[in-house]
Amino acid sequence: MSTRSATDIDPKHSVSVGLIAGISIIFMGLVGLAVGLNERILIDPILSLGYLFLLAVPLGAGYIAANETVLEGMQAPEKGTRDIVAGALAGLAGGAMVGLFLILLDTVDLSEKMPAWGDRLLDMLSFNQGVGGGVVVAALVGTVLGALGGAIHVLKDEPRRVIKIVIISVLSFAILEAIVDDVLGEIGLKPVAKFLYSKSGGLSVLPAILVGIVALGFAIGFKGKGDELKTRYDTMEEAERKQVNKYALIAVVVAAVVLPMLLGKIVNELLANVGLFVLLALGLNIVVGRAGILDIGYVAFFAVGAYGMAVLTTPEAPWRINDTLVHDIFGWLPVLPWLVALPIVVVMTGFVGLLIGTPVIRMRGDYLAIVTLGFGEIIRLLFLSDWLSPTLGGSQGIRNIPGVNVGVTEINGTKPQYVFYLVAVFVAIAIYISHQMETSRIGRAWMAIREDEPVAEAMGINTVTTKLIAFVTGAVLASFSGAIFAAKVGSTFPNSFLLLVSIIILVVVIVGGMGNIPGVILGAVVLIGILGGPKQPGLLAEFSQFKLLIYGALLVFMMLKKPEGLLPNAARTRELHIDEALQDAWLKGDKPSSEDEVATA
Amino acid sequence: MIAVKRSKQSVLRTNNSVDLFLTVIRVVSLIVIALGLLLFFIEQIRGTALNGDAPLTGGAIRGLFVTGVSQGAMYGLIALGYSMVYGVLGFINFAHGEVFMAGAMSAWITSNILFDNGMWEGGFSFIIALLIVLLVAIVVSTLATILIERIAYRPRRESPRLIPLITSIVVSFFMQNAVLGLFGPASKTLPAPPSWMSDSYTFLEIEGTKILVMVIAAISMAGLWVFVERTKTGKAMRAVAEDKEIAALMGIDVNRTIVTTFAVGGAMAGVAGVLWGLLFRGVSSQTGFLPGIKAFTAAVIGGVGNLGGSMAGGLILGVAESVGPLLILKPMTIPAVSQLKDAVAFAVLVLVLLFKPTGLFGERLASEDRA
Amino acid sequence: MSLLDINNVTITFGGLTAIDDLNFHVDEGEIVSVIGPNGAGKTTFFNLITGLSTPDSGEILLDGESLIGLDPNEITARGVGRTFQNVRLFPQMTILENVMVAQHCRTNQKVLGPIFRTKAYKEEEALIRKNAEEVLGFFGTRLTGYRLNQPAFVLSYANRRRLEIARAMATQPRLLMLDEPVAGMNPMETAELTELIGKLRSEWGFTIVIIEHDMRLVRDVSDRVVVLDHGETIAQGSYEHVSTHPDVIEAYLGRSAGDK
Repeated sequence: MSTRSATDIDPKHSVSVGLIAGISIIFMGLVGLAVGLNERILIDPILSLGYLFLLAVPLGAGYIAANETVLEGMQAPEKGTRDIVAGALAGLAGGAMVGLFLILLDTVDLSEKMPAWGDRLLDMLSFNQGVGGGVVVAALVGTVLGALGGAIHVLKDEPRRVIKIVIISVLSFAILEAIVDDVLGEIGLKPVAKFLYSKSGGLSVLPAILVGIVALGFAIGFKGKGDELKTRYDTMEEAERKQVNKYALIAVVVAAVVLPMLLGKIVNELLANVGLFVLLALGLNIVVGRAGILDIGYVAFFAVGAYGMAVLTTPEAPWRINDTLVHDIFGWLPVLPWLVALPIVVVMTGFVGLLIGTPVIRMRGDYLAIVTLGFGEIIRLLFLSDWLSPTLGGSQGIRNIPGVNVGVTEINGTKPQYVFYLVAVFVAIAIYISHQMETSRIGRAWMAIREDEPVAEAMGINTVTTKLIAFVTGAVLASFSGAIFAAKVGSTFPNSFLLLVSIIILVVVIVGGMGNIPGVILGAVVLIGILGGPKQPGLLAEFSQFKLLIYGALLVFMMLKKPEGLLPNAARTRELHIDEALQDAWLKGDKPSSEDEVATA
Repeated sequence: MIAVKRSKQSVLRTNNSVDLFLTVIRVVSLIVIALGLLLFFIEQIRGTALNGDAPLTGGAIRGLFVTGVSQGAMYGLIALGYSMVYGVLGFINFAHGEVFMAGAMSAWITSNILFDNGMWEGGFSFIIALLIVLLVAIVVSTLATILIERIAYRPRRESPRLIPLITSIVVSFFMQNAVLGLFGPASKTLPAPPSWMSDSYTFLEIEGTKILVMVIAAISMAGLWVFVERTKTGKAMRAVAEDKEIAALMGIDVNRTIVTTFAVGGAMAGVAGVLWGLLFRGVSSQTGFLPGIKAFTAAVIGGVGNLGGSMAGGLILGVAESVGPLLILKPMTIPAVSQLKDAVAFAVLVLVLLFKPTGLFGERLASEDRA
Repeated sequence: MSLLDINNVTITFGGLTAIDDLNFHVDEGEIVSVIGPNGAGKTTFFNLITGLSTPDSGEILLDGESLIGLDPNEITARGVGRTFQNVRLFPQMTILENVMVAQHCRTNQKVLGPIFRTKAYKEEEALIRKNAEEVLGFFGTRLTGYRLNQPAFVLSYANRRRLEIARAMATQPRLLMLDEPVAGMNPMETAELTELIGKLRSEWGFTIVIIEHDMRLVRDVSDRVVVLDHGETIAQGSYEHVSTHPDVIEAYLGRSAGDK
């Protein structure tokens, strides 16, 4: 292959990538993301979160522009200056577009319709250079970053990996300021935190460099160690692997017990919220990921769990006070403690699951989706209505729900650490149930139904019953979450159970990896932990305003580029790798039997 | 050798109990509806409602019907988009509600600009202004839907059915939040139409805006009808809906036809967005959600893929949700029934799918989506 | 005594009569082949028996009991197992799982068993696994060993057909219905499967109905051959009888010459 000159690029491709980048930047500006996140400083005084978002775009665009599709059987093109030029061109195109936008921003006033339209955006995009200077600076910065992006593409794998680790480490330290500060304070290393972070927020420059150097050391020192471990794990004997798994499990349990003691209230609160969503996501994972039933009214079961617990355990619940039919019939029922009420709540939610599930279970996938959505909304609207308000409190909800009395202490929202322990116990139960069900007769039937429903039925599977079991199991797991939620928050309102919650749980499942328990947990930790839940703040409380938008963008991206999620089914992946090994063996002449070629279909 | 259990009667017929349960739901819901109506008639004859209020007057009932029909016409227009896309691609385009919202948003912006320039009043100039608003809304909604199709749906068209469905939910979620970010959370109000529009007409006592809404909906529907039934592109659309592969073999550009289908549906949603603006005058990023779901319900009622059915389904749903709470729930002494209006619409959806999942006027789906 | 009786069954699809007043029976322990030109209604005939379609009129009896109106899974539970013409495995499930899941209607552990790991559950799982390995072992080593935990989509075409037969066997049927079991196989593989089909009866005790275009297989395994055309039986009897029957020759040759 001949060495190619710098002019040997596809300008159309580069420019279009650049223009998309430009549009992305303008979009981020107009939705208020750039200015809104500018106040969150990452590295004082160089970089804010807002600028990080903006500057990452041309960098990424440069990388993408430098990338060429390599078709199977084609030789990968040689990397070189060409890539840098392509990246720079993309960056220039994006920068030029932003420049044009700056002129528009200066001449037309749309601030009446678009709140973000205005001088602050202009200042930020032009780096405080005004319009004239801004156009030049935008084009310049775009070109340089685009070229850098292209340059990253040229780098060999190893340095690229090292750079990635260093950048991610520095940024993590900067972004996770609150948690690092909290942990260091808790273990008596407050001075270290003081050294790391500047007063106005963000890493100071010197510590940022230090963190980078340490990360660099780790990246070089532990080169390939991870892969080594993984290969060793993959090639282990069954018995040995079981042993390792056992140790890993013990380590996780110990960490779950010890870690919260080291962490402050905020982080424990966060962990408890993550746990509640892990529970919900595990439940929905059975319904959507395993049985392939797209339930987007899943929040209904969370709501029934929470309301059920509230109704049973609250002494001054509306239905006990007001003179209603429910009061007349159930007035004799004593106020139950949480632990006694739980089985009743679980059965109740399971029953509601059956009630909703039975009519919908035979519907086509998309009809089912919209009908479950309808049921979810009907339940919320009923909770909200004046009609049922004497019983369930209407928009006032049910307040003063007692916590969980476990003898030694009462677990409620003021003790997030104990809430976390409680949630962790139920998460463990939910993981166990999910795992056991997945590997059982019913779990196999779910998988068969998801793959090919008519054939599954022809193979003797009663699809209606099997799907109903999935639906009800999912409902029961959601009721755990709802029951803890009621005790934690101490009140339930209809507006805690919007359709949005269903969608966010679905997002967690998809982003994590549908049908895979570790994936779903990872999804909840990453999304709820960092971005936050529908009402709960995440680590990046600054995001709260843009949380849903980021969720949306992330999801669109996931659905288009990686619909299988971050952590797709691991077992399946391993099997595929074994098969690759077999192919290799076959190529070497070690052919297992005459017609065992692997079909390419 | 496997020991084959050959007991003949060991097969539990669980599906029978499911059927039984469904029958019970059907019967109970019929009884509730019948009971409500019965009580309503008793109240009307007796002259007092069960909770002591005065019963509905004839004028009030007619007002409810008119409101129902005008909103229903709007639902019908949105439903056309769901119906056509479902007919061609076989999935619910959840983002269609947001396409409608985009149309309503554009109506908010253009009508305010026109109002500032003094065109939103008088007779002739108002009609011109309305046409401009309609045109802009059609362009905006059509562009939005084409973009969605190109970016989100086309790359995943051949994926398993759950994927495009989830993608459309995701796109809808993204669009809602993008619009919220772009235009802010403050409520947005369209300028009031000139007084000759909003006054009631004595001969029917129907507000002018509602008549206008019905007229625009009727014209749009007629236009769509001519387009689908009489033009070559319309014929291609019907062919693709019937069978994509055969249509491709017959020399029809399937991609282009699918885009056209989306575009036509988007245009109708744009018109509906303007109608929403005329009827309610308030627009927000959440505007698309409920009408979107209701319009889908309308499409199911009429039979997905059946254009005339969608329009009829819209009218039926509009009237049902407008009249239903007062006719059926209120006589049963349920307080504040208007709060349950949306719940009634959802209940209608559930009941239609329970009684007649193929809709009142029959589905028209691509061959692989049947059964 | 006949295991399957089909009396006067008719089904039409939108005006097209796919099966017209068909009478058919299979005796216990018999191997019957159903042949006929493409579009003769053979697969529709299978779908009727397995409950994927419901006839407009007539009766279908398995061991004297009607199958009409039952769901496909209930029919499978009563002892009818089948394969599909266009191989429909569960591609993402492993080979073992494909066969294990087919024993669904013969087992009954639901939710509590796996959660509390009861003895009954463990025993049933062990039995399911044993049965699965047994049916897979019927095809030699092709589907066993390292293959067990591979997803079904990696299999070659012939192995997919074998796995589909194994899956049907695992439903523990009395009547095994094979829809073109050797389509796409080479002559060697066909010969091998011919032998195995014989064993399915002699060793496993299945009664078998086969749809097949490969006349050598039909000749070698069938006790009786039934010829369908336009949804009607035009001839039946021994292979020799049928293959020389004038109506049959006309049905095949009277259609397009390019057709088989």
